[in-house]
Amino acid sequence: MDLNYTEDEQAFRSELRRFLAERLPPRLSEKVRLGKRLSKADHEEWHGILNARGWLAGNWPRRFGGAGWNAVERHIFEEETARAHAPRIVPFGLTMLGPVLQKFGSAAQQDHYLPRILSGEDWWCQGYSEPGAGSDLASLKTRARRDGDHYVVDGQKTWTTLGQHANRIFCLVRTATGGKPQEGISFLLIDMDSPGVEVRPIVLLDGSAEVNEVFFDNVRVPAANLVGEENKGWTYAKYLLTHERTNIAGVGFSRAGLETLKRIARAARSGGRPLIEDTLFAARLAQVEIDLMAMATTNLRVIAKAAAGHAPGAESSMLKIKGTVIRQEINELTRRAVGPYALPFVSEALDEGSNTPPVGPDYAAPATAQYFNNRKLSIFGGSNEVQRAIISKAILGL
Amino acid sequence: MDFDLTEERRMLRDALRRLLRDRYDAKTRNRIQDEERGFDPAIWQALADMGVIGALFGEERGGYGGGAFDLALIFEELGRAGALDPLLDTGVLAGGLLADLGSPEQREPLAEVIAGRLQMAFAHGEPQSRYDLERVETRAWRKGGGFVLRGQKAVVVNGAAAGYLVISARSWGNVADEDGISLFLVAADAPGLTFRDYPLMGGGRAAELELEDVHLGPRALLGAEGGAFPAIEARAAAATVALCAEAVGAMEAARALTVDYLRTRKQFGQPIGRFQALQHRMADLLIEIEQARSAMLNVAGNLAQPRGVRELHVSAAKNLIGRAGRLVAEEAIQMHGGIGMTREYDIAHHAKRLVMIDHRLGDSDHHLARFMRLAAAG
Repeated sequence: MDLNYTEDEQAFRSELRRFLAERLPPRLSEKVRLGKRLSKADHEEWHGILNARGWLAGNWPRRFGGAGWNAVERHIFEEETARAHAPRIVPFGLTMLGPVLQKFGSAAQQDHYLPRILSGEDWWCQGYSEPGAGSDLASLKTRARRDGDHYVVDGQKTWTTLGQHANRIFCLVRTATGGKPQEGISFLLIDMDSPGVEVRPIVLLDGSAEVNEVFFDNVRVPAANLVGEENKGWTYAKYLLTHERTNIAGVGFSRAGLETLKRIARAARSGGRPLIEDTLFAARLAQVEIDLMAMATTNLRVIAKAAAGHAPGAESSMLKIKGTVIRQEINELTRRAVGPYALPFVSEALDEGSNTPPVGPDYAAPATAQYFNNRKLSIFGGSNEVQRAIISKAILGL
Repeated sequence: MDFDLTEERRMLRDALRRLLRDRYDAKTRNRIQDEERGFDPAIWQALADMGVIGALFGEERGGYGGGAFDLALIFEELGRAGALDPLLDTGVLAGGLLADLGSPEQREPLAEVIAGRLQMAFAHGEPQSRYDLERVETRAWRKGGGFVLRGQKAVVVNGAAAGYLVISARSWGNVADEDGISLFLVAADAPGLTFRDYPLMGGGRAAELELEDVHLGPRALLGAEGGAFPAIEARAAAATVALCAEAVGAMEAARALTVDYLRTRKQFGQPIGRFQALQHRMADLLIEIEQARSAMLNVAGNLAQPRGVRELHVSAAKNLIGRAGRLVAEEAIQMHGGIGMTREYDIAHHAKRLVMIDHRLGDSDHHLARFMRLAAAG
C-alpha cells in the first residue's frame, strides 16, 4: 500500500511542467484561465505544439505515432495540463476515433487517417446522438443504404460538438432493421464536404455555439469508409466509449477550478472582509475540497487498476457521477462568489478578438456562463441517471 | 502507487475475517451487549492469540506491526463483522500512548496487553470539552515528589473494564492551551477514582470518571510534564484511521446486506431491487462508500507526514466518513424497511455503529470547521 508516485512518474511530471512553462503560449493559458471561448486556430496551435513534442496522442501506441503512455502517465498529463490552464485536447479524433481505427480499422484506413489526425489535416466530429436517440443511443434512425460501391445516408445527428470546425464525421448509422436495435448499426466515416451534408449551429443557454445539428440528405459515402464489419458498429461504439471515459473524473479540471474559486473568494468582499473568511461560504468550499481529495484517490485507484491491465467497467460510471457533481458544485460556488456580478451577461466579451470590456472584475465575466454551460456535464456521455443504471446492473447485479 | 496489501497483511486480514465471521452474529452481539463487560473475553483472547493486538504495536514495543495500514486492515475487518472488542481503546489509544511515551519500566504492562490479559482505557474527554483535544480542565499538582489529580472525565470508553488508565490532566496554562497537558498511567483501583459504568449505543461500554484527589507516585507521569499534547493529537490521528477503517468495513457489510435484500425481498410481484428508485439510491450509496474508502486511504497514507498535512487529512477523512456513514446507515435501514428496525437483524447494528462513530474523536461538523482552519493556516 503506497499512495506515492514512483520516481519515474515524478520525473515525468517535472518534465511536463518544464515543457508547459516553455511551450504553452501565455495567450492561450490566459484565455483558458479567464474562461474565454477558444477559436479553431487556438486549438490547432496547441495541438501542433504537442504534436511536435510527440505528446498529442498520449494514449496511442508508439507504432501509430502516439506517446504510448499508460493510465498513470495519461493521468499526470491531464493533471498538469489542467493545472497550467492549457486548452484541453479536442478528443474526437485523438481519444475517440483513433483507438477504434487502431483496433477495428483496415490497414488502409489506419495509414490514411491516423497521420492526418496527428497533423491536424482532419478535424473529426462525433455523429452519435440523434433527436430521438439520446441516452437510448441504440434507437438511432439515421439510415445507410448500400448502393453498389457506396452507402447512401439519410437522417440527422445532433449535439455534434465543434462540428462547425470539422471536415469529417464518424457516424453510427442503421444498416439493418428487425432484431435487437443494437444489431443493425454500422460505423461509417463521412466527409463533411460531401453533397447533402448540412451543419446548423445550436446556440446554448450560455450564448455559446459549440454544438450543432448535422443533416444528411442522400449523402453518398464510399463503402471503403465502413469501419470493420457491417452491423457490428455497436461493438466499436462501446469500445470508443471506454476511451471517452478515461478522463471522466476530470480531477485536473476540478483542481484548477477550485484554485480559481479560491482566488476569487480571496478577492471578492463580503461584509468588508474577504469572502473566503465568510464561515458559510468557506464551509461549502471546504466540503467540496474534501470530496475532491477523496475522489482524486478513487480516481487513482481505478487508474492503478487500469495500468495493471484491468479495463475499468462500472467504476467509470461512479467516477463520472462523482466527478461531475464536484465540478458542478465548484461552478455553483464560483457563480455565488461573484455576487451581483453574476448577473451581467455580455456574451461577446467572452469571444475571440472582442474589444468589449467585461462588466466588473475580469474573473466574474465567465462565472455564470460556465455554471450554465457545465450543466451539460451530468447529461452528456451517458446521463448520470444512465450511469446509475449501469452501476446497479454491473456492480449490484440488480 | 500501489493500492494492494502485502502478502503478510493479506494473510492476517483473511485469518481475522474468518475468525470474526465464525464468532459474531446478531444473537452473539446482543448477548454480549447485555452482559457486564461489553465484550466477550473468549473472543478477545482469540484475537490476542492470532496476533491482532500485537499487530497494533511496533516491533520495538513488543508488537509486529503498528503501521497505519495495519490499523486500517484490522479495523476494517472489525467493522465488517460488527465486532465489539475494545481494540481502539486498549490498543490504539491508551496502549498506543503508553507505547509512545512510556519509559521501558512504565511500558511493562504492554506485554500483558499484547497477550490479551490486560484492558486499558484513555480518560481524556471531559463534560465540557466536546471534541476539543486541547480542552482539559482536570488539574494535576505536584505533591511530595508525586502528583495529585482532581477533575472529571466523560465517556471513557472501556473505562470500567480497564486495569490501567491513561489519564490527562492540566499541569499549567489555561483551559484550552495545548501547552500544559500531562498524561498519567493510573491503576484502575487507585484511591479517589470513582466509575459510573454504562452501556453504549452501538455496542461497548464507557464510564463517567470522578477524580477526587487521586494521589500518584512520581513514576505515573508519562513523558514530559505539560508536554503531552503532540502525542495525544498524533494518537487521535491514528485512532481516526482506525475509526474510518471500521466505518468502511461497516459500510461494506451494510452494502452487502442491503444488496442481498434488494435482490430477494419481493413486493408487488417482483424483487424490490427492480425498482429504479431503489437502484439509483443504491448506486449513490456505492459511490459514497468508495469515497469513504478513498478518504480512509488518504488519512492512512498521510499518518506519518508532518503535523499540518496529517491533520488536514484527519479532518477531511473524518468529515467525509461522518457524512457517508450517516447516509449509509439511514439508507440501509430505509431500504430494508421494517426488518431494518429490529435488533435481531445485523443491519441495525451496523447502522448504529456507523452513526456512533461520528460521535467519537469529532463529528463531521467539528472536522469541517477544523479543516477550514487548517486549510486557511496552510
